[in-house]
Amino acid sequence: MAQAELTANAMTTADGTPLKVSLRRAMRRNKLIAFGLTAPLLLFILISFLMPIFDMAMRSVDNAAVPEAIPRTVQALEAWDGEGMPPDAAFAAMAADLKEGQKTRTIGQAATRLNYQESGMRSLIMKSARRIGQYEAPWKAALIDIDDDWEDPAVWKLIKRQSGAFTAAYYLNALDYTYNEEGEVVEQPEYRQIYQMLFVRTLWMSALITGLCLLLGFPVSYLLATLPARHSNLLMILVLLPFWTSLLVRTTSWIVMLQTEGVLNDILVWIGLISDDGRMQMIYNKIGTIVAMTQILLPFMILPLYSVMRGISPSYMRAARSLGANPLVAFWRVYVPQTVPGMGAGGILVFILAIGYYITPALVGGQSGQLISNYIAYHMQQSLNWGLAAAIGTILLGGVLVLYLIYNRIVGIDNMKLG
Amino acid sequence: MAQNNIVEFNHVQKSYDGETLVVKDLNLHVERGEFLTLLGPSGSGKTTVLMMLAGFEVPTHGEILLNGTPINNVPPHKRGIGMVFQNYALFPHMTVAENLRFPLEVRKMSRADADKKVQRALDMVRLGNFGNRRPAQLSGGQQQRIAVARALVFDPELVLMDEPLGALDKNLREEMQFEIKHIHESLGVSVVYVTHDQSEALTMSNRIAVFEEGVIQQLAAPDQLYEEPRNAFVAYFIGENNRLRGRVKNVNGTSCTVELENQGGTVEALNINTGGQGSDTTLSLRPERVSVNPDANAVPNVFDARVEELIYLGDHIRTRVSVCGNDEFVIKIPNAQGHATIKKGENVRIGWAMEDCRALDA
Ligand SMILES: Nc1ncnc2c1ncn2[C@@H]1O[C@H](COP(=O)(O)OP(=O)(O)O)[C@@H](O)[C@H]1O
Ligand SMILES: [Mg+2]
Repeated sequence: MAQAELTANAMTTADGTPLKVSLRRAMRRNKLIAFGLTAPLLLFILISFLMPIFDMAMRSVDNAAVPEAIPRTVQALEAWDGEGMPPDAAFAAMAADLKEGQKTRTIGQAATRLNYQESGMRSLIMKSARRIGQYEAPWKAALIDIDDDWEDPAVWKLIKRQSGAFTAAYYLNALDYTYNEEGEVVEQPEYRQIYQMLFVRTLWMSALITGLCLLLGFPVSYLLATLPARHSNLLMILVLLPFWTSLLVRTTSWIVMLQTEGVLNDILVWIGLISDDGRMQMIYNKIGTIVAMTQILLPFMILPLYSVMRGISPSYMRAARSLGANPLVAFWRVYVPQTVPGMGAGGILVFILAIGYYITPALVGGQSGQLISNYIAYHMQQSLNWGLAAAIGTILLGGVLVLYLIYNRIVGIDNMKLG
Repeated sequence: MAQNNIVEFNHVQKSYDGETLVVKDLNLHVERGEFLTLLGPSGSGKTTVLMMLAGFEVPTHGEILLNGTPINNVPPHKRGIGMVFQNYALFPHMTVAENLRFPLEVRKMSRADADKKVQRALDMVRLGNFGNRRPAQLSGGQQQRIAVARALVFDPELVLMDEPLGALDKNLREEMQFEIKHIHESLGVSVVYVTHDQSEALTMSNRIAVFEEGVIQQLAAPDQLYEEPRNAFVAYFIGENNRLRGRVKNVNGTSCTVELENQGGTVEALNINTGGQGSDTTLSLRPERVSVNPDANAVPNVFDARVEELIYLGDHIRTRVSVCGNDEFVIKIPNAQGHATIKKGENVRIGWAMEDCRALDA
């Protein structure tokens, strides 16, 4: 009954089509136009942003190089239970793979890949590949003759372990873990542990830099928002000036300022605060990274804060004063809470930028001031271990997303104001 | 001076730029329990006066007394003056109750007492159940009432309001005018109210100070201000008003004879604010005091007029005529039984009493 009445009462347009249908029809055109206008941007983002991220995520688990280069060995080891020596067939398969790989030049990649797991693997495989052509069956004796490492079951276990198309090894590596000979996940030996420390350092240094930016940026933003236009425009130019200067110039000028023979130390010696032999090491260490990055990221804190503060009418402070609050209480209880969206926006912006910062720590960080991204760059450019670089990068991305979610939960992303 | 004055301005002057005086030699007192309105066009210095009283601007010269003591050096938060701002200035990050509790908290009142007072203040503005809302969740009128409640919750003796109803639509504004008026009467606080809306000022005030360019043109009760404006500006600013220009021919006691410009004729008027015989003057005449086809010899001033326009407004008919060389002359014909019926283009005789026509400054 009720159902029938509802349908009977459903609104229709003059020609009898249900109102909902014709509304949808009218909206479809608008939607199509809107989509058409945004399609180029969507495509651009897809190609230049999402696909690289996807590719990176894939690279961090990709292990295709090994099964592609030594398919016969992989197959032969499948039946092996990992106890004692592998069957002779595995040696024969390896010999065939090495010969083939030497010809097609695919063996090098697999050798490099296995070397990440255990140094020495690359030279073992490359040497064997070069010399296997001079040998005849039986292959077991031949390989052992080339290098007696082939007698070591650990080598075969390693190959068996790394013969899948995907691997978690890069992630383990990025978190200072590895497989032991039994294939169990264990911590890296102490002298090889570095990434956990780097992640922790990157996090606390970014947090410290964010805090310093807030501390320094808040008064500047406040002045910007409250000074008469004549003065605040000048101040705004000073804030924006760094954007018009190359990042490299700004970073290197900090070297001039902070180095042991630099301006700051000279001044301190000159006014007698420190002795000439007591010059302070303020660059090529954590201090250098923190100082330079704080200065470089400061505008990203100031601008969102400023835009929020400008929207706060002076009548709030006046109202608070007229209600009996002294200037400090009025500021703390009425003004500051209203700047929280700006602090959130600036804070998250600076923190995310800091966590991925690369050039400045590379130039002024020395050894102790390097951040995780410097190691990503190292693995991209020097060691060419892209899988590890991708794994570190993906962990970093995941960390940022988690922080973003936490922020959203606590502050609410709708409250964030960037401009 | 008088014990009964809560506020006194003595020779107060204010300049922002060192070149022009925004407030020029202000002498004003506010009686205890009074509702005093500062009325004037935009830019006439009303807000400046209020801000000096609240302590947000410093007088360039002169003295302000609150309860008989000079407050020039007392910071705003120690003056104990409630204030309602035009944009309400309700703290957006606090609930309504927290907003109201704020002045009590900074006065270190106990939580229980504060909550009681907050509830009483909310009930006073008939928003008792709205304590947990945020200001953004209230309509304009409700925000306005909360702002009033917040300015009153800490029991100030004096409340300042700067165009508090400016942002509301007409119906709501009128409703709020009465509400504020009632709150004032029931609490007995003194109120200094700023507006540029003369009908609002007439509705609410005990006394009105009409401002122009930093000077009080007249300070009087609403009826007196309307009936007996002291100069042409006040007559023009308060209510509707016909203005005729002329020259004083001769003065006899309280009345005078004025020769209108453009051979408009001569008019008998009250000599209020002229420079004496031979000086230029503006005659001020309320539209509702002009009668159509008056009885012969009933009034001294009778002229021939041509009807230019009739506008039907329900309770009265607004008629524009040209008379005495002036075609902006307005008459209000009340829509009473047996009122004069006239048509556009007709010639009629109009007249007014000498007592209703005031000769003011030029
Ligand atoms: N903070 C200020 N600085 C400089 N000039 C001001 C300031 N506030 C007001 N004025 C000037 O003072 C005059 C009176 O302003 P105001 O007191 O706001 O008038 P009202 O409230 O009657 O509209 C105006 O000409 C205005 O431009
Ligand atoms: Mg004003």
